Amino acid sequence: MTIEELKRIKEQTLPQINMRHTHTVENETKYKHQVLVCGGTGCTSSGSGKLIDEFKAQVSAHGIEDEVQMVRTGCFGLCELGPIVIVYPEGVFYAQCKTENVKRIVEEHIIGGKVIDDLVYHEKTTGEVKEKLSDMQFYKKQSRIALRNCGVVDPEKIEDYIAFDGYQALAKCLFEYTPEQVIDIMLASGLRGRGGAGFPTGLKWKFACGNRGKVKKYVCCNGDEGDPGAFMDRSVLEGDPHSVIEAMAIAAYVIGADQGYIYVRAEYPIAVKRLSIAINQAREAGLLGNNIFGTDFSFNLEIRLGAGAFVCGEETALMTSIEGNRGEPRPRPPFPAVKGVFGKPTILNNVETYANIPQIILKGADWFAGMGTEKSKGTKVFALGGKIVNTGLVEVPMGTTVREIIFDIGGGIPGGKRFKAAQTGGPSGGCIPEANLDTPVDYDSLMAIGSMMGSGGLIVMDEDNCMVDIAKFFLEFTVDESCGKCTPCREGTRRMLEILTKITDGKGEDGDIEKLEELANTIKTTSLCGLGQTAPNPVLSTLRYFRDEYEAHVYEKRCPAGCCKHLAKITIDPEKCKGCSLCSRKCPVGAISGEIRKPFVIDQSKCIKCGACLESCKFGAISKK
Amino acid sequence: MALTKEQIAEKTEELKKFIAENKNMPGPLMPIMQFAQEKFGYLSLETQILIADSLGIPVTEVYGVATFYAQFSLNPKGDNVISVCQGTACYVKGGAKVLAKVEEQLGITSNQTTPDGKFTIQDTRCLGCCGLAPVMTINEDVYGKLTPEMIPDILAKY
Repeated sequence: MTIEELKRIKEQTLPQINMRHTHTVENETKYKHQVLVCGGTGCTSSGSGKLIDEFKAQVSAHGIEDEVQMVRTGCFGLCELGPIVIVYPEGVFYAQCKTENVKRIVEEHIIGGKVIDDLVYHEKTTGEVKEKLSDMQFYKKQSRIALRNCGVVDPEKIEDYIAFDGYQALAKCLFEYTPEQVIDIMLASGLRGRGGAGFPTGLKWKFACGNRGKVKKYVCCNGDEGDPGAFMDRSVLEGDPHSVIEAMAIAAYVIGADQGYIYVRAEYPIAVKRLSIAINQAREAGLLGNNIFGTDFSFNLEIRLGAGAFVCGEETALMTSIEGNRGEPRPRPPFPAVKGVFGKPTILNNVETYANIPQIILKGADWFAGMGTEKSKGTKVFALGGKIVNTGLVEVPMGTTVREIIFDIGGGIPGGKRFKAAQTGGPSGGCIPEANLDTPVDYDSLMAIGSMMGSGGLIVMDEDNCMVDIAKFFLEFTVDESCGKCTPCREGTRRMLEILTKITDGKGEDGDIEKLEELANTIKTTSLCGLGQTAPNPVLSTLRYFRDEYEAHVYEKRCPAGCCKHLAKITIDPEKCKGCSLCSRKCPVGAISGEIRKPFVIDQSKCIKCGACLESCKFGAISKK
Repeated sequence: MALTKEQIAEKTEELKKFIAENKNMPGPLMPIMQFAQEKFGYLSLETQILIADSLGIPVTEVYGVATFYAQFSLNPKGDNVISVCQGTACYVKGGAKVLAKVEEQLGITSNQTTPDGKFTIQDTRCLGCCGLAPVMTINEDVYGKLTPEMIPDILAKY
């Protein structure tokens, strides 16, 4: 591949697919309509594969195969409403599309030219019809850099990526910049690691670039997205794998490496498949391999699969795992820039970090640094989940407030419930209470309120979630995932979990909360790696903002959220009970008795607090406190 | 899924071929074990010994890696593998209740196989389709937005 060939592919492909940005059909465009169907994990799970088959069948039944192009893309972001279909050139957004709707879309919209009002997206909060993606509340406040191609290109076609300036950043680096100049651009852009810790990417590269050409070096990508509830990296790998490959090649050029590894969770089969396809295409096109663009720069890339160990997201553990061993972390220093994979200098960046890099090279450091806050530049991708209307993937400029993300973009809390807290950073992070909703999202502000940026999982909790129970949930996770190498993490987290279990079982004693705090602080300061050092954070942060809930559990034997089974008391309101007997029939232990048309009662000594009666009552007479 | 003797012999040959082709790559152990896990569904002691001998490393090292990672299994799995997601998004939306119902219906707990070899329940942290929370998968089929009441009907399909 030469630069001229790269340009030629761009010129040939762009007019064919540019309607996805411009909404206009150009003269050279072969297909007059394009139907984009989300092929991310979420939409695939809700049946987008069948939709594509049905579209193909309908399109050929009407004999318009030459006019309509079907494209399976990566994630559009609004996973809540999958499977999602977008019809271009108009850019009309059909949510929760069913196979039986396909015929109508083909006949009424594509052939008839009329947008179908009852199938098109409606704002969930106001019910307004929003035809186009750009009109939707969910997308309005977003700005997409890392996700720019997700839901736009076909991730299995390198031509699509090249059409939108793909691999030009690599060419620019090879022909116009010295490695030092690239580092200067990275430093000036202010890009910090998106895996959670926020270390400046340019600085990491600078540390690893000594002895260029004299020693073997490696470039690695951390795609071991272990934080439960986070799926940003998966979406980038599924939707735009070439951006990561291109950025890794740039990193390799800068430090003088000729071999790279992408470490991906084996639990992400779609991402692994698309990444393998992309690597093969890049290799065939000569964008990976020997003498790239005819220069003396060579770079090879391999995928290594994780095998289900959360600790492998920690950089030294990940490298040990790439070497084929038990993924146990090792002490730093020496840092990976000095001694990494197979004992050689290595740089390791996260998927989302890499996805930003080609754009920074093409548009310049100033462009990137113009977004965000003083110390956190650019954008951040968040995976919204839990008790939120618009579950999905969003990318916002740094400095956007938590409130804007949850309420303006995320649509707030479903079912009229009250917001309680948002959790970021997963098992390493902390929670953000209502009082701190106006905190701008950047590394330092989140750290200051006891939470953290983390990799980008953002789970929303409402009044029905018990914060002690959530802390226990995360501790169970870290106890499970602790690799066992160092004592504070292996033993300490287990002791913390025992105390939390005692508290949620209603057996908490005076002094338990203090003991938790002491253990937490010891584990934090003495653990070997990031997993142990951050494992107590969910407890510390819930204690900081919801200490009253802990105290209610310990001293009053009460769970304010009515979530902890052992502390709950289920009662029937005699005023509201109509005596229909449905609940007594549902009760698995025969704890409810009464006469028809008279109020029923629950025998508390028999009740196992399963909640079956609660769900059965049609009159709202049963409550759990 | 019990394998016949012929199947085992055939798969063992495939594994030996894979080892021969890959033993000289840097860090070959995990890719080889992943290949074996995929072929046999689990790593028997015989398989572990074969891998160790071919690579010239102690069996303890193979066993150490096998027990470290959740993906490797030392026992055969049931015909149908059920994964009930216990990631954060599913958990706050009631994933634990769904798991409890599955366990109750099958009479086994997580990481166990029913005596008839029909079902295995597997621990799962996050399947990554948080928009459908709470989620479970049975083999390749995904079931989303679950309530405990839906479980008996779903299990009856298998």
